[in-house]
Amino acid sequence: MEQFFATLGIWLGALFTFAIFSFLYKDNPFYKTAEQIFVGLSAGYWFVYTVFSILIPNLYDPLTQDFSANWIKIIPAILGIMMLMRLIPKTEWVSRFPISVVIGTTSGVFFLRYLKSDVLNQLTATMINPFIGENWVVIVGQILLIVGTITGVIYFYFSKKHTGALGVSAKIGIYFLMVSFGAAFGYTAMARISLLIGRLQFLLGDWLGIIQP
Amino acid sequence: MRKTKQIDRRWLFLLIFFGVALPLIFTIGLPLETTKNVHMVYDLIDGMPKGSRALLSFDYDPASMPELHPMAKAVVKHCFDKEINIIFTAMWPMGVQMADDIIEQLKDDYPDLKYGEDYVNLGFKAGGMITIQSMGKNFREVFPKDMNGSSIDELPIMEGINNFSNIGFVFSLSAGAPGIKEWVQIAHDAYGRPTSGGCTGVSAPAMLPYINEQKQLTGLLAGLKAAAEYETLIKTPGSATKGMDAQSIAHLIIIIFIAIGNINYWRDRKALKKGGK
Repeated sequence: MEQFFATLGIWLGALFTFAIFSFLYKDNPFYKTAEQIFVGLSAGYWFVYTVFSILIPNLYDPLTQDFSANWIKIIPAILGIMMLMRLIPKTEWVSRFPISVVIGTTSGVFFLRYLKSDVLNQLTATMINPFIGENWVVIVGQILLIVGTITGVIYFYFSKKHTGALGVSAKIGIYFLMVSFGAAFGYTAMARISLLIGRLQFLLGDWLGIIQP
Repeated sequence: MRKTKQIDRRWLFLLIFFGVALPLIFTIGLPLETTKNVHMVYDLIDGMPKGSRALLSFDYDPASMPELHPMAKAVVKHCFDKEINIIFTAMWPMGVQMADDIIEQLKDDYPDLKYGEDYVNLGFKAGGMITIQSMGKNFREVFPKDMNGSSIDELPIMEGINNFSNIGFVFSLSAGAPGIKEWVQIAHDAYGRPTSGGCTGVSAPAMLPYINEQKQLTGLLAGLKAAAEYETLIKTPGSATKGMDAQSIAHLIIIIFIAIGNINYWRDRKALKKGGK
C-alpha cells in the first residue's frame, strides 16, 4: 500500500508540474485547476499547521499543564483574540491595540539589532587600510569596496544638487549600483534555472527513471 | 522607427527546457571551480574539533528544495564525517521535515549514529528573531523538548547547553526571513558565535555584505552552484554536481539571447538616429 501511494504521489507531482508549466504556452484550464488546488491545499495545510504547531504547543499545552507557571500567556492569547475582531466590521477597531503592541515591540527589538549589524558593523567593516592585502587582487577589491560604499551613499544624498565633485561621485555611485543590480539579476537567473533543474531531475529521475534521482 | 522583429518568447522557453533537460540526460562534465566563500564554510566545519556541537537551522520549505537540499545534505554529511554533533532546529515550520529528510537520506551511510547523542532534532519554533534572541539567553526555555516530546535534559547531546556559548558554530539554511540575517544579528553580532549559512541564489546579494572584515558571516553557500562546489570539496558528487552542466548551458543560452537583444536594440537606436527606415 505504501508503494502504491508513493507511486501515486510521483504521478500526481508530474501531472501538476505539467499543468503549471502549460501556462508558459498560454493560460488554460489545466493551469487554472492546478493553481486553485494549490491555493486550497496551502490554505488548509497552513491552518492545520498553525493550530497544531503554534497554538497548541505554545498556548494550550502550557496553560492546561501548568497554569500557575504560564498564566502570563493569557495576555498574548487575549491580544490574539482582539486581532481576530478585525473579521467583524463593528469591532474592527479593537484590533488596533494588538497591532500597536506588535509594532511597538518589533521596532524596539529590531532597531537595536539592525543598528548594530547593518549600520555599525557594516561601517566598521569598511574602515580598513585598503593597501594591506595578500595580493593585488585583494587590494583592488578593498579599494573598490571603499570607493563603492562612499560613492553609493553620495548618490543617495539629495540635499545638494549633484553637480561638480558631488555629481561625479554620484555618477560613479550609479555605476556601482548598476553592477550590483546586474549581480542580483545574475543570481536570480541562476536561482530560477536551479528550480527548473530540480523539477526536471524529478521528472526525468523519479517519474520516468531516465536518470539517477 | 524600424523595429527588429521579435521572436515569440515561447521559443526561448522551449530552448531553455531542452538546454536544461539534455545535459541532465547526456552528461558533459564541464569543469567546476571552487570559490573562496565556499572554502570558508568548508574550512570552518573542517576546523571544528571532534565532538563539538553545531547548530543547524533549517529555515526553508519545499519551494526552495532544489537549491538548498543538496547543500544541506553536503554540510550535514561533512559534519558527520568530522564527528561533529548536530543540533537541528527550524525557524520555518516545514524546515523540520526538511531536516528529517536529510537525516533519512544519510541514515544508511552512518548506521552507528545515535539520536540524542550524535544528533537531535528540536523541531520548529515560531517567532524568528525573538526566538533566536531567547535561545541566546536560555536555550532550554525555548526548546524544553525535542520534536518527539522528549525532555532535552534526557538527551546527552544537550548536556551543558544553556545558551550559544557551548555551540561551536551556527549554520542556517535559509530561503528568506527568518534566516541567515537573523542568525547573524543575534548568534554572531550579539553572542559572538561563528555563523555561516547557505541561501537561495535570489537572496545571495543581500547576504554577501555580511562576509566582511568583521566576519559577521563565515562564508556563504549561494545557490545550487555553491552546493556543487561543496560536494566537490567533500568528494561526494551529488544532485547539485549533476545539475551543473544544465546550469551552465542554460546560462549560455540566456547570455546569447541577452547579447542578441542588445545588438538589436543598438541597431534600432542607430536606425532611429539616421531618421528611421
